[in-house]
Amino acid sequence: MSEIHSETALQTAYVRREMLDQQTPPVTAAGPVKWMRENLFSSIPNGIMTVLSLFVIYYILSHLLGWFANGIWDAGSLTECRAIRDERIASGVWSEGTEVACWGVLADRWDQLLFGFYPSDLYWRPILAVVLFLAAMAPILYDSLPRKLLILTLVAPFLCFWLLWGGSIWYPYMVAMGFLLGWAIIKFASVPLGSLVANLAAIVLPLLFWLFAAGPLASALTDIAPIGIRSVNSREFGGFLLAVVIGASGIILSMPLGIALALGRQSDLFIINKCSVIFIEVIRGVPLIVWLFTAQLLLGYFLPPGTNFDLMLRVIIMVTLFSSAYIAEVIRGGLAALPRGQYEGADSLGLNYWQAMQLIILPQALKISIPGIVSSFIGLFKDTTLVVFIGMLDPIGFSNAIRADTDWNGIYWELFIFIGLCFFICCFSMSRYSQYLERKLATDHR
Amino acid sequence: MAIMTDPPAQAFRLSQLIYDTRYRSITIQVVAFILIMAGLFWLVNNAIENLAVLGKDFDFGFLGSRAGYDINQRLIEYTNNSTHGRAAVVGILNTLLVAFLGCITATFLGVIAGILRLSKNWVVGRLMTVYVEGFRNIPLLLWIIVIFAVMTESMPQPSDFRGDNPSATMILGDSVAVTNRGVYIPNVVFTRSLGGNEMSAATDGVPAAIIPAVSVGDWALFLAVLIAGVVGSVAIGRWGKAKQERTGVRPVGLFWMRAAVILVPAAIVLIALGATLDYPRLQGFNFDGGIQLRNSLIALWFALSLYTGAFIAEIVRAGIMSVSKGQTEASAALGMRASWTMNLVILPQALRVIIPPLISQFLNLTKNSSLAIAVGYMDARSTLGGITINQTGRELEGMLLLGLFYLATSLIISGVMNVYNSSVKLKER
Repeated sequence: MSEIHSETALQTAYVRREMLDQQTPPVTAAGPVKWMRENLFSSIPNGIMTVLSLFVIYYILSHLLGWFANGIWDAGSLTECRAIRDERIASGVWSEGTEVACWGVLADRWDQLLFGFYPSDLYWRPILAVVLFLAAMAPILYDSLPRKLLILTLVAPFLCFWLLWGGSIWYPYMVAMGFLLGWAIIKFASVPLGSLVANLAAIVLPLLFWLFAAGPLASALTDIAPIGIRSVNSREFGGFLLAVVIGASGIILSMPLGIALALGRQSDLFIINKCSVIFIEVIRGVPLIVWLFTAQLLLGYFLPPGTNFDLMLRVIIMVTLFSSAYIAEVIRGGLAALPRGQYEGADSLGLNYWQAMQLIILPQALKISIPGIVSSFIGLFKDTTLVVFIGMLDPIGFSNAIRADTDWNGIYWELFIFIGLCFFICCFSMSRYSQYLERKLATDHR
Repeated sequence: MAIMTDPPAQAFRLSQLIYDTRYRSITIQVVAFILIMAGLFWLVNNAIENLAVLGKDFDFGFLGSRAGYDINQRLIEYTNNSTHGRAAVVGILNTLLVAFLGCITATFLGVIAGILRLSKNWVVGRLMTVYVEGFRNIPLLLWIIVIFAVMTESMPQPSDFRGDNPSATMILGDSVAVTNRGVYIPNVVFTRSLGGNEMSAATDGVPAAIIPAVSVGDWALFLAVLIAGVVGSVAIGRWGKAKQERTGVRPVGLFWMRAAVILVPAAIVLIALGATLDYPRLQGFNFDGGIQLRNSLIALWFALSLYTGAFIAEIVRAGIMSVSKGQTEASAALGMRASWTMNLVILPQALRVIIPPLISQFLNLTKNSSLAIAVGYMDARSTLGGITINQTGRELEGMLLLGLFYLATSLIISGVMNVYNSSVKLKER
C-alpha cells in the first residue's frame, strides 16, 4: 500500500524529490547572539538592567583597575610612594591626578601581617606547623588517601602545639599519653570490667593522670633527656598566625563538644536536657564580643585566687564554647531531620544508646548537617578578628598598628584589601569544600 | 500451654542502680546534677573569695551615681551629670536603634539580591553572586572599618560646601549633606507642639543634643494615630475579604480605602501640630539644624545591613527554590498571571522556609551590633559594658547586666518571631 502511495507520489509533479541542504540557523537564533538575547536582553526591563549593571561594573573597574595595577611595590613609606608617583606624573608616564595603590606597605610589613612578633629566625616553625596541619587534615578531607595517614592526624595536634609554642617536648608528649591511656582502657578493659566501668575509668584515670602525674613526669623527663626547642610566648603571636591558630583550635575542639551538647539537648534525661538547653541558649543569646570581654575581665573571678593563665588560652576556650553552642544547634537540626524509623530500627537491632548513636544516628545526622557545620566554622574563623578588642594583634589589629607608624600614616585600602582577600580565600575554599562534600555524600535521591 | 506468671519479686539490689535500665537514667541524672551543682558552687565560692580578696562587694548601687561622661549620639536627654543607669539606657536605645534600622534595610537588600540572583539575566545574576560571596566570606569587622574609613576619608569636609563655587553640594534638593563628620538630614519640627517647643534644650553649655531633644508628646500622639490607622486598615481588609468570600465580589477601591484610613488621620495630626522640616544649614565651619547621623552610626548601619543582607539573600533564594516547579506550572495552568503566581502561590510557601532562618539572622544582626566598639558608636556595650565598667570597676555587675540585656533581647525577638512562624506554619495532622 505504501509502495503504491510512494509511486504515485513520485509521479506527481509537486512533490519534491531531493532534499535541500541543511541551512545554518539565523544569526539571531544561534551562537553568542542567541545567548545574549536569551540571557541579557530577553525583555525591555531586562535589557535596562543589563545595561545598568554593565555600567556599574565599568564604572568600578575603570576607577580601580589602574589604581590596582599601577601600584608601587618598592617603597619604604607612604611619602616615598607619593614621591615616586609624582615623579612618574612629572615625567609624563601617568596623567595628572593619577592615584595608585601603595603596595609597598605589604612588602614592608609582610612578616608582621603574617606572623606578628614571632621571632623571625623561627618562622620555619609556624610554616612547618601549618604544613603538618594541612597534611593531617588531608586524610579526613579526602578519603581516597591511604588510611595509614590517620596516624599523622592523631599525632599532629601535639606536634603543632610543640612547634608553635616550643619548650620541652615532654609536656605535649604527656598530654598525648593521657589520651593513649584512655584509649587503652576502653580497648583492653571493656571485656573484663564491663563497658560502663571501663568508660568511667577511661574518663577518670586520664584526668587524674593529667592533674597529678603528667606535670612531674614531664619535668623529670626533661631533666633526664632535655629534648626541646626555644619556647615562644603567646604574646608574640600575631597577624594571620593568630587568626589561624585560634580558628583551627576552635574548630577542632568545638566539634566534639557540639556533638555532646546536641545529644544532651535531644536526650530524654530531664536534667541533662535542661542543662544543655540553658547552656546553648545563654551562649547563643550573648554576642561573642561580650564573651571575650568576660574571658579577659571576669574569668579570674571564677578561678581559685591567684590562678592566672594565658590570655590566648582563655580566648581559645571562649571561642570553643561559643562555637560549640552553634554547632550543637546545627547537629540538633540533623538529628531531628532523621526519620523516627532509624531510631526504632536501631532499638529493634538491640543496640544500646551509644552503639545506636555511633553506628546509625550520628553518621546520618552529621552528613545532613555538613553545610551548617561548615558555615559555623567559617563564622568562627571570621570571628577570630574580634580578638583585636581585647588587645591581641590579629591582622586588623596590625593594620591599626601599621597606620599608627609615621611611615605609613594614612594608608587604608591596601591593607584592607590584602586582609579581606586572605579571609576570602580561606572562607570561600571552605564553603566550596563543603559543597563538594555534600555532593559526594548525597547517596539518596539518585 | 503457657502460664503467665509474674517474675518473682526480687529485693532491690544496689547494683540495679547501674545495670537496670529502669534505674540507670535516674542514677545518671542524679550524678550529673551533683556534679553540676558542685561545679557551680565551686565557681560562686571562688568569686566570693576573690571579691573578698579585692575588697569589693556585689552591689548595683553604682547605677544611681553620676556618670560623668558624654555620649555623642543619643535618643533621649542625657548629660554627663546623668546617672550610670541612664547612660546604660541611652546605650541600650542606641543598640536597639541600629538593630532596628539594620533589620529593615538588610531584609530589603536581602530580598532584592536573593530574587535578582535567581534572575535569568546573566550579568545581574553574576553581580549578585559577587555581592553575596564577597560579604559572606569577609569578616563583618573589616566591612565596618572599611565603610567607616570611606565615610571619614573620602567624603567632603563641611567647609567644602562653602563659597560661591563649592566643591561639594548637598543632595536631594539641598536637604541632605554627606560630609566626613556625618550625614545631615532634615528634622521634623512641630511649631504648634503640645508640650512647648523643646528644640533649644541645651543644658550645661553642652550644645543641643546631636539628635535634638524631641517633643515626646507630639510623637506619641502621631504614633498612636498611625497605629490606630493600621488597626483600622487591617479591619477593613478583613471586612473586604469576608465580603468577597460571601458574595464573590471584591469591594471596589478596597486598597485606596485601606491606604486612606492610615494616611489621612496621620496627615491631619501632622498639619494640626504644625510639622515643618528643619533643614541642615551651613553655619560657620559646620552644619546646623537637622539631624546629624554620625559616621559611626552610618558605618555600623550600612555594614550590618550589607553583611546580613548577603545572608538573607541566600535564605530567600533557597526559600524560592524550595517551592517545586510544579506549583508554578499548576498556577499557570489555572490561568493565573505571573504576579498572582508569585503572591498567592510561591511566596506563601516560600515564606515557611524563609522565616525561621530569617529570625536567626535578625538575632545575629542585633548581636553583631556590639561591634560598634570598632567605630566608637555608643551602644550598650560601650556605655554599660565599657566606660561605666572602667569608671566604677564593677566588671562583674556590669557584664552581668549587659549579658542579661542581650539575652533578653534575643529571647524576646525569637519568641515574637516564633509566634509568627507558628501562624504561617504548614497545618499538619
